[in-house]
Amino acid sequence: MRALLTATLCLATLPALAGTREVVQDHALPRVAAFAEAAQALGSAAADDCRAATLRPAFQRTFDAWMGVSHLTLGPLEDDGRALTIAFWPDSRGLVGRAVQQMLAAEDAAVETAESFAEVSIAARGLFALERLLYEAGDAGSEGYACRFAQAIAADLARLAQETHDAWQAEFADQLLSAGDPDTPRFLTEREAAQALYTALSTGLVFTADQRLGRPMGSFDAARPQVAEARRSGRPLRNVILSLEALRDLARALADQPIPRTEAGFAAALETARDLDDPLLAGVAEPAGRFRVEALQTRVEEILPPLAAEIGAVLGVSVGFNASDGD
Amino acid sequence: MPSRRAFLAGLLATSAPRLSWADAGNPAYLAAAREPSGVHALFGLSAEGQDIFRIPLPDRGHAAAAHPTAPEAVAFARRPGRFALVIDCLTGRELQRLHAPQGRHFYGHGAFLAGGDILATSENAIDTGQGVIGLWARGEGYARIGEFASGGIGPHEIRALPGDVLAVANGGIRTHPDHGRDTLNLATMRPNLSYLSASGAVLEQVDLPAELWPNSIRHLACAPGGQLAFAMQWQGAPEEGVPLLGLHRRGETPVLAEAGLAEQRAMQGYAGSVAFSGNGRQIGITSPPGGRLHVFDAEGRFLASHRRADICGLAAEASGLLATDGLGGVMQTAAGRLAPLASAMRAWDNHLVRIG
Repeated sequence: MRALLTATLCLATLPALAGTREVVQDHALPRVAAFAEAAQALGSAAADDCRAATLRPAFQRTFDAWMGVSHLTLGPLEDDGRALTIAFWPDSRGLVGRAVQQMLAAEDAAVETAESFAEVSIAARGLFALERLLYEAGDAGSEGYACRFAQAIAADLARLAQETHDAWQAEFADQLLSAGDPDTPRFLTEREAAQALYTALSTGLVFTADQRLGRPMGSFDAARPQVAEARRSGRPLRNVILSLEALRDLARALADQPIPRTEAGFAAALETARDLDDPLLAGVAEPAGRFRVEALQTRVEEILPPLAAEIGAVLGVSVGFNASDGD
Repeated sequence: MPSRRAFLAGLLATSAPRLSWADAGNPAYLAAAREPSGVHALFGLSAEGQDIFRIPLPDRGHAAAAHPTAPEAVAFARRPGRFALVIDCLTGRELQRLHAPQGRHFYGHGAFLAGGDILATSENAIDTGQGVIGLWARGEGYARIGEFASGGIGPHEIRALPGDVLAVANGGIRTHPDHGRDTLNLATMRPNLSYLSASGAVLEQVDLPAELWPNSIRHLACAPGGQLAFAMQWQGAPEEGVPLLGLHRRGETPVLAEAGLAEQRAMQGYAGSVAFSGNGRQIGITSPPGGRLHVFDAEGRFLASHRRADICGLAAEASGLLATDGLGGVMQTAAGRLAPLASAMRAWDNHLVRIG
């Protein structure tokens, strides 16, 4: 069995891909470390003083750090539903608002210990539940239930971020770098590891175009600015910019050679985003504002073809054969 | 009383050598793949996932139907396909090319009835959008011998059950070849699972609750004990996390099975294949966009999530499940994990078909 496997694997093994190593060392590990640090600081800040006004800066810094890693949906962030627990969005069924209200109304005692809070619905945990408490519920003071709830969410986020970091360091980085080793069959070949990173990159761009920008755009007759990502904390456009910066960093690390057309695509999209002057993407409700947001969406989508040509084709990978054309 | 001439012809026919799958190297599975050169081919695989034969195909296929005894496979074009190829898996030769009759196109799946004498195919009556099951007689060079209504719109996978009962996944989605795969009836779609007799009588139909009408029932698997599993594809927003697997026994209400919220959303509203494990005690569904294989027990309780990029093909293996993916991997579930069996430079297509 082992002999057979080794034989078939050899056929599929390509020369070592430098990009995978660079992604792990220069992109993923420093970013998951920064996210763990920011979430840790948020947890400590909440433990010290859980009033909304004092927690907001640590919340914003944690969300910034999350935008640096949210596209890494392979490995530790997809284990145990971590990514969705950290950031429950999009939320087309309005689960976060309902779950947070239920916790507040019932003064659910699950907030008292980390173990019991880890069993709470993921819609009542993570950045979007905390956003409701910090930006919507009013300042609850330092004594009430909302305060203990915010502390529980912050501590839970710190734990999730630390687990993500530890799993990358202890395990997942090695699995990417030792792809093709039959003893660690997470990736059967180096091409598969590169493919997984490439998929994260292109999926991240599509997510920003279709979800972060496309959701609030809605249809021409029915714009939906109220569903923009992290609208309550004023972050919709900031999240678009930070995600593009993170994805550009990933593209640079993954590529083994210069990627001028991809660079130009990111530069054009980032310039359009920075010029937008519409932090909440609320302009989608008016024709002119919508036109500008749609132009940004087009710039983001325009990064995909050069990405496929300059990175995908060179690595010999593409997005999923079945995923992109099922039936 | 048969005529003397027919009697002699019958004798001649039975005395001719009968070929079996053993003559084709005893493959346990069929699967189509795209090779790095861009060529598509149909592969016969051993029970351990190793190549047994390779037959080039003229274009990308969707699914194949394996004859129950003879080494013969019917490979369907992707929908809306107009033809299907009957392939001799011994020689690799095309034995027959089935053309959808005027006003019909294939939906990509087929099944053998009557011990392999009749091939049934899922089809669209283009003008009306009604689902049709086409019937073809193998003994007459796969001549078209009839058709009957599928019991709904957009039939996709069909499965032969014991007693020549045909289970049909009527996906509910109306399409027209002029509009490719566009859904023309999203607001009114109403999928169902139909059990039909070999003459087309509707024996039983299973509906979904109204809030799940946009959940297209598309793929089927059956357990030896008579339980049927159906896999669905949600036409609404992928993050809504609706159930994608249904379990049914004749005469009972279906059980809809789902994982926890995060895992359910990770499937992105899409199940591409469904299969029972070899022992019939577990059911798997795959999501290529979600990169996941979800495993449930026969009561619909969630057991495990296995991650594998672009996983789609799924079939019963000796005791567990065998899966294929778009990166060329063949894997089996064993002792609670997904273990690799083989890897080749090819992209396995949507379906893995178990022979026999």
